[in-house]
Amino acid sequence: MRVALFVTCINDLLQPRTGRAVVALLERLGVTVEFPEEQSCCGQPQFNTGYRQATEPLVRRFDRAFREHDYVVTPSGSCAAMVRDNYPRIGAKAAAEGRGRELSDAAALAVPKTYELTEFLVDVLKVEDVGAYYPHTVTYHPTCHGLRVLGLGDRPRRLLQHVKGLELRELPGAEECCGFGGTFAVKNAAVSAAMGADKVRHIVSTGAEAVCTVDNSCLLHIGGTLTRQGSTVRPVHIAEILASTEGSVL
Amino acid sequence: MVLGRVRRALAEGPRDAGRDEPPVVRDYRRVHGSRTTAQTVELLAENLVDYRAVVHRSDAAGLPALIARLLAERGARSVVVPRGLPASWLDVALAAGSGLTRVADRAALTPAELDAVDSVVTGCAVAIAETGTLVLDAGPDQGRRRITLVPDHHVCVVRVPDQVVGSVPQALPRLAPDRPLTWISGPSATSDIELDRVEGVHGPRTLEVILLSVSGEPG
Amino acid sequence: MSGTYLGMPAFPRAADVSTRDTQLRANLTHATHTIRDKRAKAVAELDDWDQLRAAGAAVKDRVLRRLDHYLEQLEAAVTAAGGQVHWAADAEEANRIVTALVRETGEREVVKVKSMATQEIGLNQALEDAGIRAYETDLAELIVQLGDDLPSHILVPAIHRNRAEIRDIFRREMGRWGRPAPEGLSDSPAELAEAARLHLREKFLSAKVGISGANFMVAETGTLVVVESEGNGRMCLTLPETLISVVGIEKVVPTWQDLEIFLQLLPRSSTAERMNPYTSTWTGTTDGDGPRTFHLVLLDNGRTDTLADTVGRQALRCIRCSACLNVCPVYERAGGHAYGSPYPGPIGAILTPQLRGIQGPLEASLPYASSLCGACYEVCPVAIDIPEVLVHLRERVVEGGPVTRGGTRTVVKPAKGHAAERAAMRAAAWTFDHPGVLRRGMRLAARTRRLHPRRLPGPGRAWSRTRALPTVPAESFRDWWRRTRGESPSGPTGKRGAGE
Repeated sequence: MRVALFVTCINDLLQPRTGRAVVALLERLGVTVEFPEEQSCCGQPQFNTGYRQATEPLVRRFDRAFREHDYVVTPSGSCAAMVRDNYPRIGAKAAAEGRGRELSDAAALAVPKTYELTEFLVDVLKVEDVGAYYPHTVTYHPTCHGLRVLGLGDRPRRLLQHVKGLELRELPGAEECCGFGGTFAVKNAAVSAAMGADKVRHIVSTGAEAVCTVDNSCLLHIGGTLTRQGSTVRPVHIAEILASTEGSVL
Repeated sequence: MVLGRVRRALAEGPRDAGRDEPPVVRDYRRVHGSRTTAQTVELLAENLVDYRAVVHRSDAAGLPALIARLLAERGARSVVVPRGLPASWLDVALAAGSGLTRVADRAALTPAELDAVDSVVTGCAVAIAETGTLVLDAGPDQGRRRITLVPDHHVCVVRVPDQVVGSVPQALPRLAPDRPLTWISGPSATSDIELDRVEGVHGPRTLEVILLSVSGEPG
Repeated sequence: MSGTYLGMPAFPRAADVSTRDTQLRANLTHATHTIRDKRAKAVAELDDWDQLRAAGAAVKDRVLRRLDHYLEQLEAAVTAAGGQVHWAADAEEANRIVTALVRETGEREVVKVKSMATQEIGLNQALEDAGIRAYETDLAELIVQLGDDLPSHILVPAIHRNRAEIRDIFRREMGRWGRPAPEGLSDSPAELAEAARLHLREKFLSAKVGISGANFMVAETGTLVVVESEGNGRMCLTLPETLISVVGIEKVVPTWQDLEIFLQLLPRSSTAERMNPYTSTWTGTTDGDGPRTFHLVLLDNGRTDTLADTVGRQALRCIRCSACLNVCPVYERAGGHAYGSPYPGPIGAILTPQLRGIQGPLEASLPYASSLCGACYEVCPVAIDIPEVLVHLRERVVEGGPVTRGGTRTVVKPAKGHAAERAAMRAAAWTFDHPGVLRRGMRLAARTRRLHPRRLPGPGRAWSRTRALPTVPAESFRDWWRRTRGESPSGPTGKRGAGE
């Protein structure tokens, strides 16, 4: 089986350590990871702001980058959701606008092979104990796209519960949005900040040393709010926890 | 003009399914859970109580005395009675010397006159166990809709098990759409102030339900 | 706040003010969390909820696809049962029809059941202009009317008021409208409800004209359904001599049997009860029982325009339960008034821009009043994919495109104020489609990272006011990969990107 990492644009530029963690984790589990350099952004920022047609070249690019692979694994719930939920819509609308089936064909290929990291671990590799070691208290925030679009359910929690040394703290109001929402964070900054403040208050109330998610975009918002409030709670992507071992705690 | 707009709106969009559509899939339950008749009646009683109705049980022989007691405990001095309510039900309550006045449900009764009446006694058309609902269909033993609305005390007699169904899907086929229906689930209520539930706003503030066993045994 | 939605500011501006109102925030958090938890319990009682939800959506979709047919069937059935059917293309026509009908009775006062449709068309104001006084009889609507306020929630319109505020409004205003509040009225909900009962009873007993909406209209039988809790609905539907019901055309359901779906979905989603205290159904008029005259005013007011949009039309499935409001993190913090219409929350964010068109600043801002978290879609009892429609409408806002307005097909231009964003989004998409450019940009960002500001100017300030900016690491992932894994790591597809 050929497995490609879709690292996502945010991780590529701002959180490369998450991408490196995914590579380390998958290789530790015996998976050969490829990184097709043709990949770039899934198009979510454009699509969710209303610029659907601007995303079409990115759908084609995704198709070219990953056409030969059996699995595309991404450490982002929202980018996986973009591919699985919105690529078919983009294809259907293009077809309805008389621009052929190219995009819907591309979407049909992309949807079944695109996995968010924890899905890939639990559903494809059938592993819950990835042999990780992370001696910290951690609380888990289930991101909206992971929770409600992908239906990740308790997969991330099951993975975390098997991490040695890790103590998982329940997050009050866990299922509420953190307030990021892409351009929402800027267009409706007051509401976004209020949501972020409540999320952070709940995170701090757990007493955990770190907060983890399956999505660095939400963590940028949560972490930025934590920092601005002078909190020492560390935002960390779940891949980095799962990649940590007794030899090297990331 | 509105219909014309509807047709244009439907014509101009991409083509939808044709006129001969398959029927809607109704794979939801006809009733939730399986119960014996007695258990269904029991569930009705539970759900009525849960929504703050007061539940009593009786057989035919005990009914007139029970109704008389409920009206007396309420301190009712007048009671409005539907035309077709079995006369015997109120025999005891209206016995000479009881001090209770019988008010007939008639068209000429004004809302203001009705407002002066203390209680109303009716039957019902159907009762729904899963939701704790009584349905009145303005039948002869239930009367005009307003008589169960304006007085502050409603005594409703449900013949069990005949009039009890398990669920909403089981209730609708037993009801005639061309009759004016009132579905009652507990006394009137509001949660409009800070979502604090207050029972009793405009409808009767006290709803008493008598489960009348028609087989002779108390329901 | 005065009783009008005209000239409301765009959502972010209104929300900027309301999010800072700590009392409002506390009221809303308490109320929405209470009812959302109750709803979850009520829904969990039914193990076939998903099937009911799917059937509810399917019935509504079927109605929308054949709306002309069902409306004709409904008109025939209502007429046969003794009712009179009127058609109103817009708010003005509906108000004109209702005003004329009330005038025909010679009455100057009407009692009203809470109705979203009549709020949408501003009926009370139109009646007042014609010298007719409309009394709202739902407790929350009474609070709103006495307070010269606007509703802020579909189910609990006075959700933004706490008990002390309500007591003050009752003490101050009841006397001007009728029976004054009792002496020494406290702020206990029971006492306040009792005051409303006494105040309204004289209105009910003397009312000759009632005005309502309806939750459902059954095409095959001509039956209307009103679902309520307090009994004010029953009062208005049965005591007056004339009943006028103003109902949106999308409220029709095909058959009597279809009610078995909606009478399970609506109460549990709305008030979180197994069944609401009172449901009234009526078919035309009944001799000697209830109103002798019944008028049904079927309202379009933007609904057929919404119907013409095959993605957006799912908003017309809405049964006004308000479950989406109660789970919405944006509604909880911004409050209902920021949505500038009787339809607040997620459903309002997709309904208002469709009913009114997206050209106004408020309407153009509403599709963005969401983080797309999807909580609304999850609880919607008729499975309206609100995030899908939001994004669909965002495209209309920024790119323009074909729409139907007032029954006429037209093409709208992109809304004003999005030029810079459009350029940035297209530039970003172009860059992402040219990885060589992207790589050079990333390297530049990495090299200059020590020079990056801690706070951003311009639109970026909205981010950095409350959130620290991320720092750019020294090496991007793709540079790390190339450095550690070599030039051609991914085998046969390791060729360079097309954009290089």
